[in-house]
Amino acid sequence: MTTSSETASGERENVDSLQIQRGPEFAALRRALRVFVFPATVVFLVWYALYVALSAYARDFMAVKVFGEINVALLFGLSQFVSTFLIAWLYARYAARNLDPKAEALRREYERPADDATADGGPEGTVQA
Amino acid sequence: MNLLADGDTSTTRTWTIALFLVFVAATLAITVWAGRRTKGASDFYAGGRSFSGFQNGMAIGGDYMSAASFLGIAGMIALNGYDGFLYSIGFLVAWLVALLLVAELLRNSGKYTMADVLAFRMRQRPVRTAASVSTVTVSIFYLLAQMVGAGALVALLLGIKADHTFLGMDADTAKIATIVLVGALMITYVVIGGMKGTTYVQIIKAVLLLVGAALMTVLVLAWFKFNLSDLLHAATTKSGKGPAFLEPGLKYGKEVPGDAWQTMVNKLDLLSLGLALVLGTAGLPHILIRFYTVPNAKTARKSVLWAIGIIGVFYLMTLALGFGAAALVNRPEMFDPDKGAGNVAAPLLARVLGSHFFGGDLGGAILLAVIAAVAFATILAVVAGLTLASSSSLAHDLYANVFRRGKTSDKEEVVVARWAAVVIGIVAIVLAIFAQRLNVAFLVGLAFAVAASGNLPAILYSLFWKRFNTSGAVWAIYGGLGSAVLLLVFSPVVSGTENALFPGAHFNLFPLTNPGLVSIPLGFIFGWLGTLIGRDKADPEKYAELEVRSLTGIGAH
Repeated sequence: MTTSSETASGERENVDSLQIQRGPEFAALRRALRVFVFPATVVFLVWYALYVALSAYARDFMAVKVFGEINVALLFGLSQFVSTFLIAWLYARYAARNLDPKAEALRREYERPADDATADGGPEGTVQA
Repeated sequence: MNLLADGDTSTTRTWTIALFLVFVAATLAITVWAGRRTKGASDFYAGGRSFSGFQNGMAIGGDYMSAASFLGIAGMIALNGYDGFLYSIGFLVAWLVALLLVAELLRNSGKYTMADVLAFRMRQRPVRTAASVSTVTVSIFYLLAQMVGAGALVALLLGIKADHTFLGMDADTAKIATIVLVGALMITYVVIGGMKGTTYVQIIKAVLLLVGAALMTVLVLAWFKFNLSDLLHAATTKSGKGPAFLEPGLKYGKEVPGDAWQTMVNKLDLLSLGLALVLGTAGLPHILIRFYTVPNAKTARKSVLWAIGIIGVFYLMTLALGFGAAALVNRPEMFDPDKGAGNVAAPLLARVLGSHFFGGDLGGAILLAVIAAVAFATILAVVAGLTLASSSSLAHDLYANVFRRGKTSDKEEVVVARWAAVVIGIVAIVLAIFAQRLNVAFLVGLAFAVAASGNLPAILYSLFWKRFNTSGAVWAIYGGLGSAVLLLVFSPVVSGTENALFPGAHFNLFPLTNPGLVSIPLGFIFGWLGTLIGRDKADPEKYAELEVRSLTGIGAH
């Protein structure tokens, strides 16, 4: 059934969300998102936790001078910047290749712009699937 | 006592005031211009959703890089060396939570406020009320931190001494006058300009802050012939703290010889701070509503990417500023407890750099004035964002959806939002005048801990957990928020220690100064428990609608 919630505007609510949600294209999009963001979150949180834990409990290791006055603590801290930039860049690339096309295809299939209303018949817009 | 020689003081004062007035005049002009283009609710709350990824990225930077980051972190590094860097790292890494888990999904599924997402598939009234309470709590604590900071700064930066007056005001009156002025300006920005005006103020501030910090960073590095090791060596030598200055442990996770309990508590406190920093950002309402100012999820992602770049570069520069101040500024002057104990490290560094590179005392006085004006601009942009977040939530969540049950017009909502901004502004001004004794870092820490404990669990459950229901959301918010605030009340920050709010009293039953380590897991546990115990079942159709909308943008506003 269609939904008309208090939060929603109601203007484009003639789409059956349950039907989309159960479809294979949506499942693929969800899987593509989760397969990247969940592991990536674990990785950066563990990497950050390791840094904080070493700052608290491995002071001798962090104090080792690598060159000049530059010690492990400083390099480890800077590596958090590098890893943050790297993960952000990897995600941007991944999303552009693997998420945006899938979301775009679903939008094209189910969200018919108003001026397009006569182009295909049913409100579900099931042209291919 | 000599922050500045008297002749320099008046030069600096004149320049600071002149530059600040230029900033205020320019931003007010833009605000009026933006106000004319603010027609409906979507303009007022979300800036018409028409900003580009780069613009919003800059505005996020302007909203996020507060005076606490600019003055506070630089001062902390100058005072305690390496430990100040911990803040920079936590504040940056936190953006990955926002990028990967929150920004795009929130953009697609919400409309104007954080509560739009939390209440999407729940019963509206209880969840919106809880979200509004939490939004206003977090924002007010953050607002207080900024305004108290502004008051403390002005006496220092304008060089008002204990026995001197400025325009007939002594230092205490000048502080109050500053708080009132900052409050009046932020109300003006928000009431007239709405999200559009506020966004432009934040963009301008971000540019000024980045240019100012970059100039000082280059000068510091040039002083040491671009040899980082030499800079660190000079900082260490001048700090008088030996190699420990470049290692973690001078401030956080201190080892107390012979007191294993206190040592353990200190180290847990460091872990607690680390956790609150990394999880707090994605629960800050004034940051979350910035994602609604762009047309779609893809642009929201781009704006976070820009923000990560801008904020990352800025925090790298705080390293140079902090160690530069440690190496070049006279320590007793920088850490005079009457002068904000380190909060003036960056402006004082500007004076040293100015007089070295730009022709003596006059150059020093002018560069100090420039950086002081940038600091005021920084504070103004952040408080405007916070006021907007609170007033949006009061008008859109509490008034329109709780009191009027969604039966309001756009026009009426915007009128209420403007009045709410006035009320929030006045409350913040009054509280800030009474809160002047409070420690700024304590207030910011509270805001982050409350955001991480009260908001983040509810947001993540809403977006990713199918069974999450109304009672789960209400429990998560009140449980996380309540435990964070309660643990703080019983922490050494409030009583039982020298620097506490009530040094004489002893109800410090909870040993950690930051509640995050306990209250953040509690927020998640409360949300889970509330979901299991609650009698209302999650609505699978609503979840389908939320999930489809959040991932694809179908039906998004």
